[in-house]
Amino acid sequence: MSPHLILRIVSKLLIPLIVVFGFYVHFHGDFGPGGGFQAGVIIAVAVILYALIFGMDEARRAVPPVAVRYGAALGVLIYVGTGVLTMFMNGAGEPLNFLDYDALHPDQSHHSGQHYGILLVELGVLTTVTSVMLAIFYAFAGRVPDIKDEDW
Amino acid sequence: MDMLASFLPAGVAHHAPVLIVVVPLIAAAVAAFMPRGVMAWSVALATSVIVAILAFGLLGQVGAHGVVSYDVGGWAPPHGIEIRLDRLNVPILLLLGVLGVLSLIYALPSVADEIAKKQQALFYSAFLVCFSGLIGVTIAGDAFNVFVFLEISSIATYTIIAMGVGKDRRALTASYNYLVLGTIGATFFVIGVGFLYMATGTLNMADMAAVLEQNGHNRVTQAAFAFIVVGLGLKAAMFPLHVWLPNAYAFAPNFVTAFLASTATKVAFYALVRFVFSIFHPDVAFVSMSFTWLFAVVGVIAMMVASVQAVFQTDARRLLAYSSVAQVGYMMLGLGMGTAAGLSAGLLHLMNHALMKGALFMALGAFALNFGVRRVKDLAGLGKTMPASAMAFTVAGLSLVGVPLTVGFTSKWYLVTAALERGWWWAVAALMISSLLALAYVARLLAAIWMENPPSHHGEVAQRRLAPWMVLVPMLILAAANVYFFFHADPLVGLAQAAADAVMGGR
Repeated sequence: MSPHLILRIVSKLLIPLIVVFGFYVHFHGDFGPGGGFQAGVIIAVAVILYALIFGMDEARRAVPPVAVRYGAALGVLIYVGTGVLTMFMNGAGEPLNFLDYDALHPDQSHHSGQHYGILLVELGVLTTVTSVMLAIFYAFAGRVPDIKDEDW
Repeated sequence: MDMLASFLPAGVAHHAPVLIVVVPLIAAAVAAFMPRGVMAWSVALATSVIVAILAFGLLGQVGAHGVVSYDVGGWAPPHGIEIRLDRLNVPILLLLGVLGVLSLIYALPSVADEIAKKQQALFYSAFLVCFSGLIGVTIAGDAFNVFVFLEISSIATYTIIAMGVGKDRRALTASYNYLVLGTIGATFFVIGVGFLYMATGTLNMADMAAVLEQNGHNRVTQAAFAFIVVGLGLKAAMFPLHVWLPNAYAFAPNFVTAFLASTATKVAFYALVRFVFSIFHPDVAFVSMSFTWLFAVVGVIAMMVASVQAVFQTDARRLLAYSSVAQVGYMMLGLGMGTAAGLSAGLLHLMNHALMKGALFMALGAFALNFGVRRVKDLAGLGKTMPASAMAFTVAGLSLVGVPLTVGFTSKWYLVTAALERGWWWAVAALMISSLLALAYVARLLAAIWMENPPSHHGEVAQRRLAPWMVLVPMLILAAANVYFFFHADPLVGLAQAAADAVMGGR
């Protein structure tokens, strides 16, 4: 029987909810407070909570540091890729500029392209922020020995 | 110029203003994916070549149209984010592109020697972020994006300076000091921008200038001016705010020093010129007063004090770093004259100084690569053991002193002429004394290199060992440029004068 039963079970229940809430903050970001940065921090917090309760090794197995490194770069590529995409998609025949979201959707009357564009860009922000938060956490947590169970 | 205007394909030419900052940013992410340092280096080199080509294309476009403006996201300025290129920032862009290519060729052997294998790919990634940040500062058309890109480049710079830790642990404290001071500088700058926004209600720099001209100045804009000058002065290593620079240059990896010394402070100086001349106007009383009583004075003090400090350094790179502070003083003096001639002389010196310091730091890097030498007295006999690098070092060193037949003479000539036009005899005297001091510290280095014998270890005299060609070629190109642009001064002088006229003759 492992110790800290309550902590473990409560956090197992909470972690998926935290991630879902993170995505809620992301997708709600263009209607209210929130966005990719905040959502990224919340999702990273879920992993950090997991690391606190189940230990660094478990967390590293769940989200490997390599994935964190690539995730940070991938987010930048998603963001910039959105901008580059709009340069190649010529809406209504005329050339559009970098990050002109109107290219992303034909419905110009409701500016749906702007909506999708912001979501895409924020998705890039989310990926990078989650990864960088975890990278910082791994870097600091990796420096000190894990707290022994007797020391709790 | 006409030939340059049209060599890019039309689609690329239209998007060139944004591509020049986006391509390095994409490359930074791609480089982080690379499993090996060499592959990341190839990405970085290819990026810098693309940037240089785009910069030449933009030079042609600006030559043809005067001002090139690009609306990011299709939102027109002053509300949208504008990328704006004119005759003032295109030369800086060109400088970044060309020196980026040269220093990246140099980087491969130098970085392989100094940085742990598994960190190399991330190092190039951080370098590319810094590169794209510097380009962003240069091309941004609104004040807030100048701040954003300034921070992007600075944060990446702190990282790549700290990577010098492989050779010397003091790189960490040097980088940390720079981080603290650089952040203070950025804070001052953004406070100044905030004040300007409060006074004008706009962030677009051209719009700001128009509103300020219409509404006139008040306490808020004066405070903004002070904050911006201090903030950018810190980044540009203006004299009393230069304390971060010597250690940062002395302990960073050699490639980083060579690149930063020839670009980073230059970009900050450009931003200062942009704010002082384009947004605030030299005709405004407190601005013109700051020229005479601030920029000219700190410039002259920097020329004297930093040169004297350089004479007494034991570490070769620290010596050149103090000399860099003194050279920033020359540029500040040029700015402080407040005339088109003075500003163009300052900008000419900016470009020439990039050529000199690039070659000098590359040569010191080559010495460190082959023999691990860093102190001035350890340079003994390198004229015999590494003749090609020593020659490049000598040419660039003489250029730093301002010996005729080198570009250093050209820019000092223009500075003296501009000072005489203004009737500033004391500035001419200061230039002469500072040049003599430069002679003193360069002579120390050259005496060690050429006059003394190579050291012997257990009776075994150090043998001739040439630097790798990737180190030699960019170094020799820069050294040759130091001589070439003395005989063909027109291109650089033309760029500098067009830049000065663009900001002075605007109104």
